[in-house]
Amino acid sequence: MSSFAFDEKHVLHELWHFLPTQTPLRDFIHHNSLHAFQDMKFFDAIFKASKIFGYQVTLELRDFRKLYEIGRIREHILEQVIAKRKGTESIGEWKAKLLTGDYNELNEPRIGNLRKHWREAYQLDMDSLVQPLLFRILCSYLDQGISLWDFPNKPEGFLASLRQLENNSFTSFFKTKRAKKMLMDGQYTIAQLLKMVVGDEAFFEQYVFDQQFSHRGWSGMVATVEERPDTLLDTKIISLHDLIIFELLLEIDTLDYHFGSDWKPLCTDINNKPVDLFGDVPATELNEVFTLWQEAFEWSYYDEVLAGIKASNSATPFGGKGATSFQAMFCIDERECSIRRHIEKVDANCVTFGTPGFFTVEFYFLPQGGKFYDKLCPAPVTPKYLIKEFGVHGHRQHEMLYTNKTHTLVPGFISTLSLGFAAAGRLFQNIFRPKMSPAISNAFTHMNKHSQLTIENKNLDDRENDLQIGFTVEEMAARAEGMLRGIGLTENFAPLVYLVAHGSSSANNPHHGAHDCGACSGRPGSVNAKVMSFMLNHVAVRELLNQRGINIPNETQFVGGLHDTAADEVEFYDEQILSEANRAGHLKNKIAFENALDLNAKERSRRFASIKTKNGLKTIRKAIKDRSVSLFEPRPELGHGTNSLCIVGGRNLTKDLFLDRRAFLNSYNYKTDLDGKFLTGIMKPLGPVCGGINLEYYFSRVDNHKLGAGTKLPHHVMGLIGVANSVDGDLRPGLPLQMIEVHDPVRLLIIVEHFPEVVLKTIQSVPEMYEWFINEWVHLMVLNPETKTFHYFKEGSFTEYTPLVQVIPALNDVNAFIESAKEMKTNYIVHATQENLPVHTLN
Amino acid sequence: MSELLQLFIWIPFVGLLVGFFVPSKNERIISGIAIANLSVYLLGLVAFLVYWTLNDFPVLDRKHIVLFETDNMAFFIDYYFDKLTAVFSVVGAFVALLVNIFSRYYIHRDEGFKRFFSTIMLFFLGYNIMVFSGNFETFFVGWEILGICSFLLIAFYRDRYLPVKNSLKVISIYRVGDICLMLAMWMSHHLWHQNITFLKLNDANLVTEHLQANGGYPVFIAAMFLIAAAVKSAQLPFSSWLPRAMEGPTTSSAIFYGSLSVHLGVFLLLRTYPYWESMAAIKTSVIVLGIVTSLVANGIARVQSSVKVQIAYSSIAQIGLMFIEVGLDFHILALVHFAGNAFLRTYQLLVSPSVMSYLIHNMVFNFVPKNQSNVNSIYGKLKNSIYMLSIKEWNLDFLLQKFLWNPFKWAGRQLNFLTSRTFAFLFVTIIIVLLYFYFSPEIPEVIVTFSPMLFSLFGLLFVLRAFVEKANALTAWSLLLAGQVCITLSVALLNPKFGLGQVSIYLSGILLSSLLGYYVLLKIRKVDNDISLNRFHGYVYEQPKLGFLFLLSCLGFVALPLTPAFVGIDILFSQIFKHEMGIIICTSCSFLVMEISVLRIYARIFMGQSKRTDHAMAYRSS
Repeated sequence: MSSFAFDEKHVLHELWHFLPTQTPLRDFIHHNSLHAFQDMKFFDAIFKASKIFGYQVTLELRDFRKLYEIGRIREHILEQVIAKRKGTESIGEWKAKLLTGDYNELNEPRIGNLRKHWREAYQLDMDSLVQPLLFRILCSYLDQGISLWDFPNKPEGFLASLRQLENNSFTSFFKTKRAKKMLMDGQYTIAQLLKMVVGDEAFFEQYVFDQQFSHRGWSGMVATVEERPDTLLDTKIISLHDLIIFELLLEIDTLDYHFGSDWKPLCTDINNKPVDLFGDVPATELNEVFTLWQEAFEWSYYDEVLAGIKASNSATPFGGKGATSFQAMFCIDERECSIRRHIEKVDANCVTFGTPGFFTVEFYFLPQGGKFYDKLCPAPVTPKYLIKEFGVHGHRQHEMLYTNKTHTLVPGFISTLSLGFAAAGRLFQNIFRPKMSPAISNAFTHMNKHSQLTIENKNLDDRENDLQIGFTVEEMAARAEGMLRGIGLTENFAPLVYLVAHGSSSANNPHHGAHDCGACSGRPGSVNAKVMSFMLNHVAVRELLNQRGINIPNETQFVGGLHDTAADEVEFYDEQILSEANRAGHLKNKIAFENALDLNAKERSRRFASIKTKNGLKTIRKAIKDRSVSLFEPRPELGHGTNSLCIVGGRNLTKDLFLDRRAFLNSYNYKTDLDGKFLTGIMKPLGPVCGGINLEYYFSRVDNHKLGAGTKLPHHVMGLIGVANSVDGDLRPGLPLQMIEVHDPVRLLIIVEHFPEVVLKTIQSVPEMYEWFINEWVHLMVLNPETKTFHYFKEGSFTEYTPLVQVIPALNDVNAFIESAKEMKTNYIVHATQENLPVHTLN
Repeated sequence: MSELLQLFIWIPFVGLLVGFFVPSKNERIISGIAIANLSVYLLGLVAFLVYWTLNDFPVLDRKHIVLFETDNMAFFIDYYFDKLTAVFSVVGAFVALLVNIFSRYYIHRDEGFKRFFSTIMLFFLGYNIMVFSGNFETFFVGWEILGICSFLLIAFYRDRYLPVKNSLKVISIYRVGDICLMLAMWMSHHLWHQNITFLKLNDANLVTEHLQANGGYPVFIAAMFLIAAAVKSAQLPFSSWLPRAMEGPTTSSAIFYGSLSVHLGVFLLLRTYPYWESMAAIKTSVIVLGIVTSLVANGIARVQSSVKVQIAYSSIAQIGLMFIEVGLDFHILALVHFAGNAFLRTYQLLVSPSVMSYLIHNMVFNFVPKNQSNVNSIYGKLKNSIYMLSIKEWNLDFLLQKFLWNPFKWAGRQLNFLTSRTFAFLFVTIIIVLLYFYFSPEIPEVIVTFSPMLFSLFGLLFVLRAFVEKANALTAWSLLLAGQVCITLSVALLNPKFGLGQVSIYLSGILLSSLLGYYVLLKIRKVDNDISLNRFHGYVYEQPKLGFLFLLSCLGFVALPLTPAFVGIDILFSQIFKHEMGIIICTSCSFLVMEISVLRIYARIFMGQSKRTDHAMAYRSS
């Protein structure tokens, strides 16, 4: 806002940059809630965002102090953090400030200060008068299928549709004539309307920001749909520009209605100067105190983890003593961290790997009979391939109780008299005997278990909508090689290698997309697992791989599968292709999987109040499954809650560690990649995917009201695109309370097993990747595989870090430990954090 | 057999009471008590129904307890049981039990877990009092409890702006129904010269005789029933409150606005049917209201893009049909329709979050792009007009504001020139003049004639002024108290027989409550010397206990069944003769505005966003 001239294009771009970018909930993709500030250092960015938009960006001071009191923030870590930032001599002084300093924590944000004059000087509650109608019209326009009578929509866009509607009716959305005439005229620019409403051009930009951030949910949705119209199945054309024009017209209408046409623009008698919203935020001592506390909070945990890795990093890298019974790849997702531990416990001779859950194949998927493509790869990737499903028998069931015909008069009357009583029975049944139904999002229906896929492309002319159907042998081999080399599995193949994708089933949960696989754009990864297994089993592909030095024995077969992280169920694909010997092995392994799932369910159950962790394994397993299909359960699973680590390296680093499902585990063998060729590919998505997840949880946790979606319990589903708290309320992007209450708001610590100089070269090779590290949105620690020393990345270079914690407690019996763990008293951070268990080594 | 009826009031009452004393973190115990209580209730009810059926469905009536009695009136609690009671109590208990079990998991770890269960149990108690009531007084007790539970559950998320705003909006509209019921009760006191029980309404001869003797007055009573029913069941022109009431947790929306509360208008119509059966005008109005509402609400439901609002309007449309059924004497159908609609809408609301994945999944396989033909014909124009009107809910929300509340606000604002000092002066003068006459041997005739009306008017002025007071909650509170005193005095002067004892029954409750209110407001003022009413202060964040105390004092102040004032208000009304039109209008307007003003003070001081911005807070628009 250096110059006073209003540049529409610039302001719209700035708005788009700062508004939330959450897509309609169908495509829930985690991202950094403060992505707009990512070009700044983490702490500068969050305090600036807080000053501009009024967000709470850390825990409250009193929370940090209580965390210190209960020992969750350790004293010697706090001192170390102060010493590093302020010098050893200042430890006493700053410690006193942190523990007892008296600070004014009241935050007066810059946003909203101009428009509050409507109330103060004009006695007019502009927001209450304009927003309810504006939201309703927007929602009706963008609606994907709730209403029975659609908005008369013109392909020319929002304003054109409104004009047509106003033109062809006896009534109007406006209360007065002038605003309607201006809409019909269609010639007014944002600047011209602002001239009328605001007056002084110097205030235009501030006014537009105030206005759009008074309902950032809807504005963000409009901006996102403008950018990516394909995110709506029933495409609608709308733009931020149209929204601002219409809102300004509604404001003019309101002013005309209340004051006649004789009112002065808002800034006629204003004495203040326009506020530079994005001007520098002066540093305050309070913010320094927050910085120190936050770092102490983070390092109190990290230090323990590093000490744990140091203590346990001695086991043999692969497998047990006998021959490898099978190998299994799971997604790097931190929820798979425990299932890997359990399967390794159940079968000591198996080996597990972690790799992003799209298994390095990127494509669009068209389910049989479907009319839209599903993207099955990380969000930033744009695939050129299409995989189609065919050969499915049987139809999807319908649920009469959900048809919106029950909302009409006569069919409603009939269904009330008939379905009404069925509903009573259904409710009774779901409460006492919950079971799967068509209305529950079921991860296993993403792809039919018995369907066939068009994976191999034999004719390059096989194309649909500019996408190639299937992959050629060469393309398959390239992807297969990429994946195998990435995780370092290039020899010693077991007879059976599983590729276990994951998804999540849940009932009554608009946010279920946030529980599915992040590497598959918020969908289950079952198709990817099946596709990659097919590729690896393909004879011609194996030949090519063989030429490139990866020799897969003929008896080795790959099997795709899907793990439902909510229900703790697993399903395997194409089992019929297994050889006689492998079929027997597979049957045995399936039992191992079942036993591991039992243990996994038990471990998860400790956080669920409805389940007694001391119960028998099968009872718990059933209860876990029931949760995923219970309508009354707002926490079918806890998603990525508690995620805080990302470990890139061999399983030997973590195999003997109890990390309480908090680590993304990406298998990587530095020995097969000494110059870091594959490391770039591995580390590039860690920021946007794992860091994005982590920061979305961070911000939704520290400010669940403004950056999170608030509690789920009152949510209204709006237009099938989002949730709102109230009929007249704004959309609520971010994560709901029920997903974040177990989460400790700490940044992600990425630990890479390699040499510091290789890692430095790697992260510097891609500027977008480097930004994540240099600006400290994630922490980066390198474990030198030879010296076994840790090196922390800060300000562009690595310095050695020695963990302060010396002794890590050991666990003999994980199950007993899980049973003895206490459940949180309330979801207040000081209580909630005590549910997260400390790092232990496993004996 | 009829002595068993009181059990169905006592069971939920005991449940509520026991639950109240459990510490708020004991979720299992709190919800366990509610569920056990409802299970016992349902089992007891089923057993009772079997017994009742074996006895061939007798109509039961039982005078439970007389709270107050004079020669010409008695205030007693009366229970009643017939087929109507049977259907409503069974459906009510079944839905309440299932929703309570559902909520046990659903509300888990919510800060207001205990608040939720206490309010739901209070609601269930109020519902039962209504359903089992044998006279209007008893019915009214339940009605008032229900209203206040609605207020509390809509504003369940009390630290956000919209729930609080909407709870005030809804309770304001509910208040219209309250006043209509009060007026109906007032008029029937005078016409029947006794407290009429529902049992007696079934006596066709008695009713016919009564109707013939009283000319147009009974139509007035019936019209009041109809308005009260329309308010409670969200019929036109009051419909717009229903979607705005869906602010609390989904389960509370389901039980209140999906099933039980919203059908109580139908219950009232069915209950009073013998009374207005022969009044063609009322019957026609019921049917026409039903037809118009179901058509308009159907249109609004069709255009809705929010699931819960769509369910709300489709339920309103079905209730409109029930009104028609009641008017046409298809009562069995109406009861079946009620049960079906209650179950269906409860279920649909509970599963409303599932709609997202179900409909989208459906869309992936069955989507057909709509062919939007928009012809510029009269038909097309008409269609578009109805579409736009439906989007705007036929301006109902706006019109209610404009024609119902703005006149009161306008009137109140005209009094703004009178400062609080002037009012204090006025009030003291009134008291002095009054004392003078009280001790003087002879009172001039003029004074005797005009003083009741004058006081009544003063009362209204005080209340209206309080309604628009912005600067200071204490001023508003004092004005309301002055209003109460004036109203009581006007009635006392009107009827010399209305003795000091009766006055004190009423005023004792009011005074007690207002003193408590003063205490709390003074304490709150100490925090930062700002108790203005032009913003929400959200003190409940810092001072939850004081907030609860103030809520109690508010409820007592508006004569909710907490203090003797509750009986007093009924006596008060019964002392105004039926020809005193001026006084009855003033008094009912005063009571209409008073409760809203009182709850407004509570909401503004204790609810909404906290002033302390050192913690995460919601946007105003959320």
